[in-house]
Amino acid sequence: MAAETLPRGTPVERSRPRHTSLGSMLGLIVRYAILIALAITFLLPFYWMASSAMKDDSQVYVVPPRWIPNPAYIGNFWAAWQVDNFNLYAFNTIVKYAIPSTFGTVLSSALVAYSFSRMRWPGRDVLFAICLATMMIPFQVTLVPLFIIFKQMGWINTYLPLVVPSFFGNAFFIFMLRQFFRTIPMELSEAARIDGAGEIQTLFQIILPLAKPALAVVALFAFMNAWNDYFGPLIFVNAQDQWTLALAIQRMGAALSEVGASRNAYPYLMAVSTIVTLPILLLFFFAQRAFIEGISLTGLKG
Amino acid sequence: MAVAVAKTPRLSRTRRRELFYGILFASPWLIGFVLWMIIPVLSSAYYSLTRYDLLRPPVFIGLTNYVNLASDNDFYLVLWNTLWWVVLSAPLGVASAFLMAVLLNTKIIARSTFRAIFFFPSIVPVIVVASVWNFLLNIQFGAINSTLRALELPAIPFLSNPAYTKPTLLMIHMWAQGSAMVIFLATLQDVPRELYEAATIDGAGSWSRFWNITLPMCSPVILFNLVMAFIAGFQNFNLPWLLTQGGPNRSMEFFAIYLYRNAFIHLRMGKASALAWILFIVIILFTVALFRSSARWVYYRSE
Repeated sequence: MAAETLPRGTPVERSRPRHTSLGSMLGLIVRYAILIALAITFLLPFYWMASSAMKDDSQVYVVPPRWIPNPAYIGNFWAAWQVDNFNLYAFNTIVKYAIPSTFGTVLSSALVAYSFSRMRWPGRDVLFAICLATMMIPFQVTLVPLFIIFKQMGWINTYLPLVVPSFFGNAFFIFMLRQFFRTIPMELSEAARIDGAGEIQTLFQIILPLAKPALAVVALFAFMNAWNDYFGPLIFVNAQDQWTLALAIQRMGAALSEVGASRNAYPYLMAVSTIVTLPILLLFFFAQRAFIEGISLTGLKG
Repeated sequence: MAVAVAKTPRLSRTRRRELFYGILFASPWLIGFVLWMIIPVLSSAYYSLTRYDLLRPPVFIGLTNYVNLASDNDFYLVLWNTLWWVVLSAPLGVASAFLMAVLLNTKIIARSTFRAIFFFPSIVPVIVVASVWNFLLNIQFGAINSTLRALELPAIPFLSNPAYTKPTLLMIHMWAQGSAMVIFLATLQDVPRELYEAATIDGAGSWSRFWNITLPMCSPVILFNLVMAFIAGFQNFNLPWLLTQGGPNRSMEFFAIYLYRNAFIHLRMGKASALAWILFIVIILFTVALFRSSARWVYYRSE
């Protein structure tokens, strides 16, 4: 394909002769006007969140709205974090949920994707098709029975219902890694086999080191899924000392509409929301390519 | 040994070894498939035929749950809300993603910055999206209504008037289309340049190039994104739940919210399972219909 010989991101129109007519000038202005208007619309909620986080109550309710906090209370971030036991909720989210489920997802999905892409065995392609088809089943169908099973096992109010299933492969990530593993030349595996390497050695010493970028994308997405997850903890984790950040923020937001909401309730809610967004912003800033390429990979070759 | 091999030509020793290792490596998914998929799906089908409140053992009641739903006005309200949402949110979401991608795929400066800005809302935690929009759209002191009031314009009851809630949700939905946009952008960059060059030589304007080249070449990915959007739309829960708990006046009481309420608030596990199965069947019908129709509007390049 011709487009592949171009560096990534080269617009298709670059090769066309330049027009400097009035019409194309106008088109250019309209295009930038739309882009800039859209960009402002997209960023505004985040600006409003971060700026409101630094206000006090008297600045929240003024008409017209005050876009730049004056005075700005930087200390709000720290104060908001102290309103509730957010250290514990952050610990729950990261140590009890995100890290183990990311580990389980990467390990199991890589193993299964290896089997589906680089090992030849009867029935493989049928099972892979079934694996893909499971993505169409709405989670509501399995939700009620899983809740009942986990309840009978005494797993409610623990992170086991959210972590244990991640060690059994995730159809979406299996698909993604399979796509990547298939691009690694089969000759490498054959050479390893001739040298006497078993499948486990081939996987861990040859394939996985080559697949580091793809594994990083899976780890990134898996971590973010856990960090952003609201529904899973809502169903399986109820006790306050087991809450995730998402559950705690929801509680904070619900308290706003109750009688006698505490002082600076809105600024504090926005402050905690800003803090929870920050890791995602940093991940995105440093791994933008991984995000973009990971998502393109899943969509294109489907 | 040699005789045994000759007598069983079905699988040689190497083949058996391959099968063993293949299944061994795939076993996490195979076991998970049985544990977290087959067993729950089958038990869900059974529970949908029972009355079960988690406290007492399930009582088999045949098709009663389904029959009751068929004459339940709440059910039709929820179904209407969900169909409204799916039919509008999927095409509008995909269209907004596609148009953003087309806009980004032109000769502009700071392209990756714009792309990052358009993409970012889709990876922000949903709880943050809900908190911020709830604040921004508040009828009394939200930034938008405060601005309107300062301009002496009437306030917009985004989340407090039942007639406004679904369109408001649609607006937030179109704002968070980053992943579909990125998929479209990658597709647009794969469209062969010769096609555009040939069309330009033949005198095609930019509008005609868009209709006759860009759209057909992207149609398989449009179908992919549409299917994904329909499936996700039927399961929409987080935002309408976090914004207003499905209200006001149940205007955002979607299928998944109704199901959650029945299962985890009213502890009607049987009714919830019946709802899940109806949702499953509706999704399958919708997907099949979409693929059927796609023969007429999706263009596949010959390999």
